[in-house]
Amino acid sequence: MAYEGDELLDEITNSEYKYGFVTNIESEMAPKGLNEDIIRFISAKKNEPEWLLTWRLNAFRQWQKMTEPSWAHVDYVPVDYQDIHYYSAPKPKKELSSLDEVDPELLKTFEKLGISLDEQKRLTGVAVDVVMDSVSVKTTFKEELAKHGIIFCSMSEAVQEHPELVRKYLGTVVPVSDNFFAALNSAVFTDGSFCYIPKGVRCPMELSTYFRINEAKTGQFERTLVIADESSYVSYLEGCTAPIRDEHQLHAAVVELVALEKAEIKYSTVQNWYPGDKDGKGGIYNFVTKRGICLGDHSKISWTQVETGSAITWKYPSCILKGNNSIGEFYSVAVTNNKQQADTGTKMIHLGKNTKSTIVSKGISAGYSNNSYRGLVKIAKGATNARNFSQCDSLLMSDKCGAHTFPYIEINDKSAKVEHEATTSKIGEDQIFYCNQRGIETEKAISLIVNGYCKEVLNQLPMEFAVEAQKLLAVSLEGSVG
Amino acid sequence: MISIQNLHANIEGKEILRGINLEIKAGEVHAIMGPNGSGKSTLASVLAGREEYEVTEGKVIFNAKDLLELSPEDRAREGLFLAFQYPVEIPGVSNVNFLKTAVNEIRAYKGMQPVSAKEFLQMVKDRSALVELDSKLASRSVNEGFSGGEKKRNEIFQMAMLEPKFAILDETDSGLDIDALRIVANGVNKLKNKDNATLVITHYQRLLDYIVPDFVHVLYKGKIVKTGSKDLALELEEKGYDWIKAELGETV
Ligand SMILES: Nc1ncnc2c1ncn2[C@@H]1O[C@H](COP(=O)(O)OP(=O)(O)OP(=O)(O)O)[C@@H](O)[C@H]1O
Ligand SMILES: [Mg+2]
Repeated sequence: MAYEGDELLDEITNSEYKYGFVTNIESEMAPKGLNEDIIRFISAKKNEPEWLLTWRLNAFRQWQKMTEPSWAHVDYVPVDYQDIHYYSAPKPKKELSSLDEVDPELLKTFEKLGISLDEQKRLTGVAVDVVMDSVSVKTTFKEELAKHGIIFCSMSEAVQEHPELVRKYLGTVVPVSDNFFAALNSAVFTDGSFCYIPKGVRCPMELSTYFRINEAKTGQFERTLVIADESSYVSYLEGCTAPIRDEHQLHAAVVELVALEKAEIKYSTVQNWYPGDKDGKGGIYNFVTKRGICLGDHSKISWTQVETGSAITWKYPSCILKGNNSIGEFYSVAVTNNKQQADTGTKMIHLGKNTKSTIVSKGISAGYSNNSYRGLVKIAKGATNARNFSQCDSLLMSDKCGAHTFPYIEINDKSAKVEHEATTSKIGEDQIFYCNQRGIETEKAISLIVNGYCKEVLNQLPMEFAVEAQKLLAVSLEGSVG
Repeated sequence: MISIQNLHANIEGKEILRGINLEIKAGEVHAIMGPNGSGKSTLASVLAGREEYEVTEGKVIFNAKDLLELSPEDRAREGLFLAFQYPVEIPGVSNVNFLKTAVNEIRAYKGMQPVSAKEFLQMVKDRSALVELDSKLASRSVNEGFSGGEKKRNEIFQMAMLEPKFAILDETDSGLDIDALRIVANGVNKLKNKDNATLVITHYQRLLDYIVPDFVHVLYKGKIVKTGSKDLALELEEKGYDWIKAELGETV
């Protein structure tokens, strides 16, 4: 990919978190705290069928019995789950059919985010679903997609319009009791995106979701479900931002992907939640469960993530390779600066025969941050001829940051071939000086070097996202030399 | 062009440059020769602004500016270029993107608009032809996996792209095969004009057959101990450095 690193960088003038504005939109909130009544309130607000309420309540009961995981290499003030609003919807909350009906304040927000829907609609061919706080605001391009039989809508809408699909797949990849945060999400999720690609359809455009937490003291618990039916293809993008706030905010999303026979799902994330300030004040706790299942033979799921934001990231997009000859991929760049902490990686669970997985993880740590890769490659008995290749690189930008790699490998079939490579390097003074000597200042040099280091991953992203990701990398690492 | 006056520099408390005086005028080519470890690369690094070296004494005037006051990138933008003895690899950054960034940084410093894509591509085409650089190398990552000779050739390609006023070539000839040496040297000659100057660091007089110097200096233990015409290089080639040491009163 030919990228214009220099031009991108010209745009970046300061290292402040530029998405840190708050939109002044009236919103409707549930009272703080979590109990069965709140769940009933959410479910009722959303006019949900009985089975879903039951499902939520079951999740809640399971969650109450669970404890927050503590094995990750992160350290934080515990979340007070009773001090969060579990429902916040921008008002008015009626169905919006044209952009004119969207709250102008909201439109301004999107403009600041650089995703003017209007423009998106006309120019880019990217269909966008925007989830603001908890509610999906607008899905563009719906008509165009409908022509191909593609369903792309908010989760709430899907529950109303396509209950059979939701009911069939919801919680099948990430079961309610999978982990503490997934259980919490299952109990209280308020919206998210839903996508179904019918048999044999190649989705003609990138589908995209933008998540934004706006209200104070709210948590965001969106639920995304992507189903690619036989021989279909979809590329799905996800971006996130949040305003600057002093207190920590919780983001506990669940994403489930289902790929049927010969289907392919490419899921890309550029995560830029507010990371907190230099001293670690504020910032998003990003505790996310993402998992895909290659259910059918010859199916493929590919995760690409560029993680630059959040105070804490706890995230392991995974693939269950159930179908024979299925393929799982994980490409990740995780940047931590200042006091950020990231514990991220993937799980590749090989169940089918001749399954293949590739893991490429690039960690970049700066400041006082901690960056861990945690990955599991599991080859089940009978998963003959499974292959895995893992490459985990760490780049250190300072003497005070940390990089850690925790690769777990479980092989239960002798025919498996698993390769793991790992490197740790410090950003080279020689490289920086070389750039300086060609007239390139240090900040820009670092950005060039880091973008080069991440190239393998950035190349996986669709063009417009790659550009965004490069900008973010540069911004995240400003002032990190030394 | 550049005036180096009584330059002293240390690394890790050890004095490497011990009073260098050198005057280079526009249009001139100077060569520096000298035994291993005498401080040739150190001089190049100090001029380019490498921070590890501490300048303890002396002054360098470049384009009527106090060179030592400028940051390394500003020195480059003022027109100082160093072809490194050991060019660095930058994985994942294409040569072309790297150079475009460099060209535009330098242009911005001079208050010029960024180069247009078309103009830039034409430049790449012309200048890579000048040193007969394989066009594939231009799009590969900076020096990554380049052979020793390719790296050297790439340095001169970069020089051609950046059009410096003053270029220091630190052992650009080492690692080049016989044909490459001729090609690269011809490239350097074509870039030469009455407004720029070149400082060639080399161990071999062979290079100086192609790039004919106006002056040859011998650097020894951090000092220029002898200056002559290009014949001095021939003499060194023949006799080695012992006679110079002897002249300095050292026992050999
Ligand atoms: N980073 C460093 N730390 C310690 N000593 C150094 C460092 N860099 C250079 N030196 C020393 O400074 C002296 C001069 O080195 P320099 O590289 O300038 O020599 P040179 O004349 O270029 O030699 P050559 O012909 O081998 O390239 C050497 O003794 C070298 O070991
Ligand atoms: Mg040297």
